[in-house]
Amino acid sequence: MSRTHLTCTINGDEVEFLTEADTSLLNALRDDVGLTGVKEGCGTGDCGACSIMLDGQLTNSCLVFAPEAQNADITTVEGLAESDVLHPLQQTFLEGAALQCGICTPGFLVAAKALLDNNPSPTETEVRYALAGNLCRCTGYDKIVRSVLDAAAAMNGASS
Amino acid sequence: MTVTEEPTLQPGYKQVGSRPIRPDGVEKVTGKARFGADLYLPGMLYGSVLRSPVAHAKIVSIDTTAAAQMPGVKAIVTGDDFPDLAASGGRPDQVFLSQNIIARDKVLYEGHVVAAVAAGSVKQAKAAADAIVVEYEAIDHVLTVDEAMADGAPLLHAGMITRGVDPAPEEPSNVANRIVHERGDLDKGFADADVVIEREYTTKPVHQGYIEPHAAVADVNLDGRASLWCSSQGHFSMRTLTASVLGWDASRLKVTPAEIGGGFGGKTTIYLEPLAVALSSKAGHPVKLVMNRDEVFKATGPASGTRIKVKMGVNNDGMLTAADIWMAFEAGAFPGSPVGAAGMTIIAPYDIPNFFVEGFDVVVNKPKVAAYRAPGAPMAAFAVESMVDELALAIDMDPVELRLKNAAIEGTQASYGPKFARIGFVETLEAIRDHDHYQAELGPNQGRGIASGFWFNAGMNSSATVHVNEDGNLTVLVGSPDIGGSRASMALMAAEVLGIGYERVNPIVADTEAVGFNDVTGGSRVTTATGAAVIQACETIKTDLLARAAKTWDVPIDEVEWVDGQAQHTKGSETPLSLAKLAAAWGRTGGPISATAALNSRGAGAGFSTQMCDVEVDPETGVVTVLRFTTAQDAGTAIHPSYVEGQMQGGVVQGIGWALNEEYVHNDDGTLANASFLDYRIPVASDLPMIDTVIVEVPNPAHPFGVRGVGETGIVPPLAAVANAVSAATGCRHLNLPMSPIVVLEAINQRNEKG
Repeated sequence: MSRTHLTCTINGDEVEFLTEADTSLLNALRDDVGLTGVKEGCGTGDCGACSIMLDGQLTNSCLVFAPEAQNADITTVEGLAESDVLHPLQQTFLEGAALQCGICTPGFLVAAKALLDNNPSPTETEVRYALAGNLCRCTGYDKIVRSVLDAAAAMNGASS
Repeated sequence: MTVTEEPTLQPGYKQVGSRPIRPDGVEKVTGKARFGADLYLPGMLYGSVLRSPVAHAKIVSIDTTAAAQMPGVKAIVTGDDFPDLAASGGRPDQVFLSQNIIARDKVLYEGHVVAAVAAGSVKQAKAAADAIVVEYEAIDHVLTVDEAMADGAPLLHAGMITRGVDPAPEEPSNVANRIVHERGDLDKGFADADVVIEREYTTKPVHQGYIEPHAAVADVNLDGRASLWCSSQGHFSMRTLTASVLGWDASRLKVTPAEIGGGFGGKTTIYLEPLAVALSSKAGHPVKLVMNRDEVFKATGPASGTRIKVKMGVNNDGMLTAADIWMAFEAGAFPGSPVGAAGMTIIAPYDIPNFFVEGFDVVVNKPKVAAYRAPGAPMAAFAVESMVDELALAIDMDPVELRLKNAAIEGTQASYGPKFARIGFVETLEAIRDHDHYQAELGPNQGRGIASGFWFNAGMNSSATVHVNEDGNLTVLVGSPDIGGSRASMALMAAEVLGIGYERVNPIVADTEAVGFNDVTGGSRVTTATGAAVIQACETIKTDLLARAAKTWDVPIDEVEWVDGQAQHTKGSETPLSLAKLAAAWGRTGGPISATAALNSRGAGAGFSTQMCDVEVDPETGVVTVLRFTTAQDAGTAIHPSYVEGQMQGGVVQGIGWALNEEYVHNDDGTLANASFLDYRIPVASDLPMIDTVIVEVPNPAHPFGVRGVGETGIVPPLAAVANAVSAATGCRHLNLPMSPIVVLEAINQRNEKG
């Protein structure tokens, strides 16, 4: 199959790449752009490991064809830290031991950021439902939920 | 002994018991960490695997002619490309392993590998795999232990004679093995009982459910040596097992560990690795193979489905008098279910004078089971802990009180043979009894369940090498993949021994050529055994540093001691020499400073956990909601308490999934009906409450820091804890897992009909 030329903004930078039209955005990001922080856990939209922000929407990148991202604005886990400063979520995940194996962590961080962008002071229940599309098999979610609440508190403290 | 919800630094410890950020953390929150599928090599090909669409069939023919002509195809392998270990008299376990990697004459389950292709892209490889023509001749299949053990059942392995039966049976069967543990006089034991209850329990196969699918990249050189990158629970074992299937010496293979995205036992064996090596060898290029989730469900790791019959007696004083137990475990297509461990653990928490435990390892047409966190123990504990709950109710005794009366303690002869050393079972029971959760009020349709569990924990072989760097910081090389924070534990223990800051230790999971042999990250053994190797190597470094300080000062060695990370002169006024100063001067004292320790650890300490669960059952729908969960577990000494809690919480939640939702559902034709995370439902965040932890610390006398393994024990009690809670909430006993809504609703309806 011939390859399609695509242009989009990824983590703030304009990126051009070639990919086949029936390639998922997940596979294009990993195989063609080299952003392997985006993970495949299922390929069917059930686990959330491939979560990205696509034009401001939390998206399972395995369910999107790459050409659908033409001219889109994409944020992956690689774009969460600003230069040498970790995002508060990354910091609280580290401090709160919210990762064990770490394979689901990129997806959780992106999904948690999507939550806090829309709801800066979520309740525990709101966090649990916002993250229900992301599977973690290691932690039982306890420390993930706590770390998201801690990040929200830290971000609210910093902005007040 | 201390019991505390917020573990504090142990007396005398400066690092052990603290909660620093893990050394590999930043890479894992920024997307830089490289997991199994994240490696890309120049000239790399992509593979695809052709798998059996049927549960049981003879392979009549495989025609790869058309596939070989497809665009981009560089290599195709079938069973004929691998040595026939059965024909060459290989060990049975190696023969079965090789037959599981790729079928030769027969396929034994849906998903069994038939061929593999390497091509320029995944799409090309998949198209070619689909173009391979395989002719099958169907054979009747068996899916459950009942079907497999029935008279006249179709046989998976023609000549399989049951081991463990004397005299040996003359006829082959699907029963691979029989195990027995017995003590005392059953008849007398049941005669001594005031209450005897007999029940039959079943559990379904469940998958480990790691989020990262299996992946491997192989690159074979023309000189016959090969490199392999894979995500596993032990790259040395991947080397051993892969070499055995290929008929190679292990040393021809270099295995580099990728970060591992969850394993829970399921990544202690090989699947793709020999296929990738064989394809690379044929194609002359590196080859990458990655499973999709469908393949993970159909061809890797489930835990056994089980049928367990228990008859137990108790007297009115609450003393257990006898246990008669029969177990059958599905092994999947090849022998090797964990029924042996189930038999050893099933009544291990209790001192029961009379028992007979019999277990059977039964092959069925499903994927070969793999280890899953305390293999065999959760199903066994589901049966016996449900029974203990029922016996306590029958004699109107508090369930913790009944367990305390019968609990194994130091010196108790375990049901599986040896005497227990100092153990913390009683302390976990007391921690639950004394927790405010224990007295909390319950509302309508709510119930509380208690259960306990035991796991041996393992020691086994570990090596570690410690280098002092030129700046006085440490590099610690281990060969145990870090599956949940073990780098942090290694760094804490090294820092503790040498009296330096945690951040000065850089722990590395090194490849098979950079560090000595390590057994798998399994059996909850890494912090115990690999930790012991790190401690021993650091002690050797410390001894060396003291000698170098004595030499520098020209004083007797007994006038030098190591205090807070520096050598001090006890009888003089020499300025203390820090690790950094000693490192900077190593050229004058004997050269660079390194030490290696290699050991077979006999220091594993037995693990116990007691757990308490509150549920609410919706009487209209049968849906069970877990309201509150508290787990108490003996960690010996918690090196990094956050990751100890994480192991406890993770094990509990996997057990909740096992109890309530998870099961392999098979169609009548033997194919798997729910091979996706949509249809195989593992717990999600909105299903759960916080999981409260009580770390009990009864130091393991056989470990320098008192460590006990913590990874597995936590999954042993929750199946029964949840089942006992649901039984309490509904007023009817639940004997079959999972307790999915329809099952629970049916039980409630039957109860209502009976009035």
